[in-house]
Amino acid sequence: MTAALVVKDLHKVYKGGFQALKGISFEVQQGDFMALLGPNGAGKSTTIGIVSSLVNKTSGIVEIMGVDIDKDFSLAKKSVGVVPQEFNFNQFEKVADIVRTQAGFFGIEKEQAEERAEKYLKLLALWDKRDEVSRNLSGGMKRRLMIARAMVHEPELLILDEPTAGVDIELRRSMWEFLVELNKQGTTIILTTHYLEEAEQLCRNIAIINHGEIVENTDMKSLLRKLDSETFVLDVVNDVKEVPAVEGAVLRLVDSHTLEVDLRKDQTLNPVFQQLSLDGIDVKSMRNKTNRLEELFVGIVENSVEK
Amino acid sequence: MEIQKQFVALETIVVKEVRRFSRIWVQTLLPPAITVALYFVIFGNLVGSRIGEMGGFDYMKFIVPGLIMMSVITNSYSNVVSSFFSTKFQRSIEELLVSPTPNHVILIGYVLGGVARGLSVGFIVTCMSLAFAELHIHNWLVMISIVFLTAVVFSLAGFINAVFAKSFDDISIVPTFILTPLTYLGGIFYSLKMLPEFWYNVSLANPIVYMVNGFRYGILGVTDVSLWLTYGMIFLFIVVFYSWALFLLNRGAGIRS
Repeated sequence: MTAALVVKDLHKVYKGGFQALKGISFEVQQGDFMALLGPNGAGKSTTIGIVSSLVNKTSGIVEIMGVDIDKDFSLAKKSVGVVPQEFNFNQFEKVADIVRTQAGFFGIEKEQAEERAEKYLKLLALWDKRDEVSRNLSGGMKRRLMIARAMVHEPELLILDEPTAGVDIELRRSMWEFLVELNKQGTTIILTTHYLEEAEQLCRNIAIINHGEIVENTDMKSLLRKLDSETFVLDVVNDVKEVPAVEGAVLRLVDSHTLEVDLRKDQTLNPVFQQLSLDGIDVKSMRNKTNRLEELFVGIVENSVEK
Repeated sequence: MEIQKQFVALETIVVKEVRRFSRIWVQTLLPPAITVALYFVIFGNLVGSRIGEMGGFDYMKFIVPGLIMMSVITNSYSNVVSSFFSTKFQRSIEELLVSPTPNHVILIGYVLGGVARGLSVGFIVTCMSLAFAELHIHNWLVMISIVFLTAVVFSLAGFINAVFAKSFDDISIVPTFILTPLTYLGGIFYSLKMLPEFWYNVSLANPIVYMVNGFRYGILGVTDVSLWLTYGMIFLFIVVFYSWALFLLNRGAGIRS
């Protein structure tokens, strides 16, 4: 099967000499849900900009659904939908007009454009706001409007550049559900985000970019397996005064009702629970101290800087 | 992109542009009507009655074609320059750039938007002029073709200005310091034949002279310059400006990093 996106030895040098991309290469298979992560200024938006034709590449190859952008960018662009980081629609136009107009730019006839606009505005809970001038929408609504606009030509590859930035938790979760459903229906999705929990929950594969170079490119499970140890937080019912001793595990008392446990990857939690039970301490709930991906991400990025 | 889809994209751009200037008609359609009405009252009626005849017509009748043309030139230019620069400024140009719409369709779409506003204002001003002067059209074909082609020229020029513009100041420099002087010295208010030989020859370097005179020929049947030269100049400008604008668009000047 043709890859949804192939990026080979992609370079970008901006005017003034800043080298944003130093020959990155990666592939995204059809049906994939991929995270493209990296700190600010790493080159994520430049990569997305080149794929969506907003940035001219210096050298390298980009193929979208098997079409080389140097040979037929117009054809390649039909397969891509882009949700940019910043609001980039006319703030004085009405919601439905923005979506319908975008359909027109893709050559979709008026009648079908109307249907598609209705479909995606309803799916993204914006149909009630269709006659509203876009600048009057809330931040979350504006983000959803950009997703509806990007979906109106039903692209095979959807690229979202920090789509949930500044969006409240409830809305973020409803957007996740929408994206997961979209991916199930066959749309390939590339997501950049600073919420690593989001990437961990949604994405199957991950590429980490730093200083214009790919420093990690693997599937999410393999990456998470690289974690040597994990820290768990235990909320206990009883008033704990002394830290229980458990062989092979490091326990700390955060406060009288909270314990932290450091465990190596090959250890289980059973001995900890057994000891706590013997000491008469009842555990009410348990959670990871930090997001696992976040820990790895920080490590990978720091290592790449040291190298 | 298939031809049929290109037409859909073109129609979308034109409709969007017409919707834009219609939505803000108080800023786009009303001011030129008021300005030209003042010209008619002051220069045509009050001052013109003391000037007498010019080019074989009373002064009011003589200036009507020029004033219509001035409105068309100014509005077709300012529509494209402000609209395209605004899309750059708001980054909504990205909506078009990520789509498969070819660059020539984008250019033609914006130009037709500018032509639509130029002709709308031209129509309003023409209707107003009927209250001040009786007009008998000498040659409909010449009148319509000249006004349309002139609107195309200045829409293209506005597009080029917008591509280079980096701030709102940049979109007012050309209209203020180049377009307005050339328009006022383009034979709207006087016949070139009144000028001394030196200034007559200098005036022939002003492209607006040809457009105003060509349009005046279409309405009144008189012109200071050859009609063929007028068409030649207009087509030359269209070819040069279109090629330049498309070259800039293909290079992504001012719109792609």
